[in-house]
Amino acid sequence: MMKSHWHKWVRDWSGVAPFLVFSALFLIFPTMYLIVGAFRDSHDHFTLANFLGLLAPEITGSFFVSLEISAVSAILGMGFGFALTWAIAFGGLPAQLRATIVTFCGVASNFAGIPLAFAFLASVGRIGFVTSGLRHGFGIDIYAMGFNLLSVGGLIMTYLYFQIPLMVLIFLPVLDGIKREWGEAAQILGANSWQYWRHILFPMLWPSVIGSAILLFANAFGAIATAYALTGSSVNLITLLLYAQIRGDVLHNENLGFAMAFGMIAITGISNFCYLQLRSRSETWLR
Amino acid sequence: MAPLKPQPLAAWAIFGIAAGFFTIPLIATVIFSLSMKRNGWSFEAYRIVLSDSSFIAAFGYSLAQAIAAVLISTLLIVPAAYWVRLYLPAMKQWVEFITLLPLVIPSIILVFGYLRLYNSASWLPLTSNARSTDALLSFGYVTLAMPYLYRTIDAGLRAMDVRTLTEAAQSLGAGPLNILIRVILPCLRGSILNGAFLTLAIVMGEFTLASLLDRPALGPYLQLIGANRAYEPAALAVIAFSLTWFCMGFFQYFSNWRRGV
Repeated sequence: MMKSHWHKWVRDWSGVAPFLVFSALFLIFPTMYLIVGAFRDSHDHFTLANFLGLLAPEITGSFFVSLEISAVSAILGMGFGFALTWAIAFGGLPAQLRATIVTFCGVASNFAGIPLAFAFLASVGRIGFVTSGLRHGFGIDIYAMGFNLLSVGGLIMTYLYFQIPLMVLIFLPVLDGIKREWGEAAQILGANSWQYWRHILFPMLWPSVIGSAILLFANAFGAIATAYALTGSSVNLITLLLYAQIRGDVLHNENLGFAMAFGMIAITGISNFCYLQLRSRSETWLR
Repeated sequence: MAPLKPQPLAAWAIFGIAAGFFTIPLIATVIFSLSMKRNGWSFEAYRIVLSDSSFIAAFGYSLAQAIAAVLISTLLIVPAAYWVRLYLPAMKQWVEFITLLPLVIPSIILVFGYLRLYNSASWLPLTSNARSTDALLSFGYVTLAMPYLYRTIDAGLRAMDVRTLTEAAQSLGAGPLNILIRVILPCLRGSILNGAFLTLAIVMGEFTLASLLDRPALGPYLQLIGANRAYEPAALAVIAFSLTWFCMGFFQYFSNWRRGV
């Protein structure tokens, strides 16, 4: 009896065990190590001083720049993405065009990192094709007019190249879940277009819209490669500061780096938690 | 007026603006990459990139990393997803939770943890030599691809009747390992290929892990070229975009194929 119980236990766990060990070693422990390190000083004693260290203007500054870029690119990505998704789902565009847009969104949401920075530099960088074309062809010098790709605004514009497609990919299934019958029912009850949006669609869609925006926010917050290739370190993102800290301890305090990591995990963790809450809320309506 | 009457004019306007935003950088990059020589268009930038031995080396290195990541992921995730469906349903939500974590933890945090936990003075000094650092980088890529690969494999398992297939194989005398290799794995080939191309797209241009682990992958190479050259980066961007398009094309092809079966 004991033996068969033992056998069953081994059989039940044998397939999952390698996965769990791997996840512990290369996902859970490394993250836990940083989180624990954030609460330690250089002599391995418990301390909260690292978190006070986060209040240094250099670090709060970079947190705010990261939050600003992530939030603005998420909100704009949400807005434009919503419009594009609506156009695909209900605008009456040809079905073939819809398939092409969806495929393109799959590509563009994965076309991030360094090549994306290269594409924007080649287009609207100082010697980019669009920049020089406007200057020579139309006498318009966008850089003299205040445009700068290597700035917060330029970075937000570049991020939109993957944020908008990501919004479309997340949000299209939601809009596809809207049933034609709801509109017909509302119409029979005498609702006009505005009332249908305001009283039927808005209450059902807002959790998904906000949830998607939060996911876009977290997506931008952890990004590093595009910003690094585009601006070097002229835009002071928290990820770029952490990158410099990992390479050369620029803050001269190992545990302060851990506290920064903790802060980032907290922000992305809370964002994802809110996303999951909002998603389960919207799933009760849209099946 | 119907509450959701199609409004083609507005839809076409939105589509036009979006098409402009998304295609202008691509067209501009292609033209820029072709204008390296002063007199007329040429493939000079492409010629320089493709004949650069360090590009070939970096490309090959990243391709090998991607293949390693796909193999390791398959070995880890297929049994795990199959087992939690069949033997440990109570663990399913925990396994799903773990596979979602890489989306929550930014890759820079992950590699920061690796560098501190597996440094040369630690209990498992994976970063002490080049070969073991290569392995650590593969493990990192397995982790980054985990959310996507788990989902495609789990969807594949959902699409087939795992329990009936397993019981049929058991009644013919097959053991769990035999069932996994000769029944489940062949049925999942579409899902696995699907996830493999997504993994390839993620790994090929990845920068953060490769750079901080100091391995000669494509991402750090791109960064170096970007910092020092003008036209070659545009050619590289065109190559990278074509590669992503190729990977995603296969990704969608195999997802449709799976649904068709």
